[in-house]
Amino acid sequence: MTRYAMVADLRKCVGCQTCTAACKVSNATFPGVQWRKVLDMEVGEYPDVQRVFVPTGCQHCDEPACVEVCPSTASQKRDDGIVTIDYDMCIGCGYCTLACPYDARSIVREATWAYAEGPTEVEKARFDPRMLGVAQKCTFCVDVIDTGVAQGLTPGVHPDATPACVNSCIAGALAFGDLDDPGSNVAHLLRENRHFRMNEDAGTGPGFYYLWDGEQSEQEEVTP
Amino acid sequence: MSTGAAGYTPHPRLQSSWDLRAASNFIGGGVGTGLVLTATVVAAFGGLWMPGLLLGLACVAFGLSMVFLELGRPWRAVNVFFHPRTSWMTREGVLSLPLFAAGAGAVAVAWFYGTVAAAPLLALAGLCAAGFLYCQAHILHRARGIPAWSESTLRWVMVATGLTEGVGVFLAITAFAQSAPRALALEVALAVLLAARAGLWLGYARRLRARGAPTRSMRAIDALGARFLWFGHALPAVLLVAGWLVWPFAVELVTAAGLVAAAAGWYAKLMIITRAAASRGFAIPQTPTRGRSASRAGARPGWGGGAS
Repeated sequence: MTRYAMVADLRKCVGCQTCTAACKVSNATFPGVQWRKVLDMEVGEYPDVQRVFVPTGCQHCDEPACVEVCPSTASQKRDDGIVTIDYDMCIGCGYCTLACPYDARSIVREATWAYAEGPTEVEKARFDPRMLGVAQKCTFCVDVIDTGVAQGLTPGVHPDATPACVNSCIAGALAFGDLDDPGSNVAHLLRENRHFRMNEDAGTGPGFYYLWDGEQSEQEEVTP
Repeated sequence: MSTGAAGYTPHPRLQSSWDLRAASNFIGGGVGTGLVLTATVVAAFGGLWMPGLLLGLACVAFGLSMVFLELGRPWRAVNVFFHPRTSWMTREGVLSLPLFAAGAGAVAVAWFYGTVAAAPLLALAGLCAAGFLYCQAHILHRARGIPAWSESTLRWVMVATGLTEGVGVFLAITAFAQSAPRALALEVALAVLLAARAGLWLGYARRLRARGAPTRSMRAIDALGARFLWFGHALPAVLLVAGWLVWPFAVELVTAAGLVAAAAGWYAKLMIITRAAASRGFAIPQTPTRGRSASRAGARPGWGGGAS
């Protein structure tokens, strides 16, 4: 089996938002919509404050709350763990946006553009009317993955089979790959580092892991 | 205009996907199914049931039509029926079909052949109404991104308030048509439901606080709680008792009690859906180690104790 997952090394992320920009360019999302975003968190109290940058987005959960509640079956989970939305099936009820414990979904009801004068040439070319009035979110660049895999490439290793955010990360903080493959980069990272998953109490089994400390002999799961 | 995720803050945010239109479905569905259930029971005892049933069906239809207006792709609304295996929204939609069919059928049969002949259809309408109300309660419960909704005891608050609203409005409908002794059973039922709803509400607020919820939600729940208990429970209870004691104005007082109890339920649902619905936000259990700085306990911003 294959289980695609994302790993973010919080020690490396510098909050540059390059992944956010790369995602926007790759997926042509409307202004105000970020499928991949980086949270800016402050922990502690002045003067003893630490700043942490946390990349987030759809966590492609094992048991996605969005898929469970979706009345139209537009939201589905593939066998490789990627959660998808059928834009031609979605009715835009918004239930999935409320079920998602990660604020990962948006609904854009009318087209908006970067500039008040109207759409740029690029925006015109990339505009997809199917995206209006339906739920949308990070897809792990599923089209890129599928195309790459069909060509015999390995997601997370070959850029042509890897999500745009991972390819663009200037710090090498983001990694992508197959969790079920013990030799994959993500399996290796999780074996060698302490990690947690966010909002695990929601019980959805997120497929997005955060590294926070180096290797240890026995992995301790940390639950928020 | 877009709704849903935006911004870079880890704090819980107020949901913007469901507004007054979605709240209207819970309001119309609650009072509507409450009316249908009450009409079914009243019919079994030979009371006047038809106006209550018809109004109940109209309320459910009103709620569903308001949801239709909120859909991003309303002309695909039929797709709502595609996922009965796990989606409570689908189950709600599926149950609405036999509810309307049985309700309308009961009215038609009773019109031509009498209430006794309509009894099976009335019973079916009552069952569907109960199921519809139960589905609505679960719709909120399964929204795992909103802690104030996913707290399991809210389901029973939703059921209790639907029944209370139904009995309250039914009392108002029949108050002027029924003699006082006949309405007494409904009045007692309203008193019992008011007590149950108040108890369930207190339990919900207590459990939500104990389990933890975004500060924003707790503030809204606390503000609502005081108003809900005093104006939605104490006031109608006083009006009911006054109706029992001040005989010349009994009908007016009992009618007011029913309507106030119902209106309080509508207001509570509106507030729960549009004001108390903060998302989970984001939490990290540990900060990362960086260079010589060690990891420390993380934060859950916007949850009271967390860093903000």
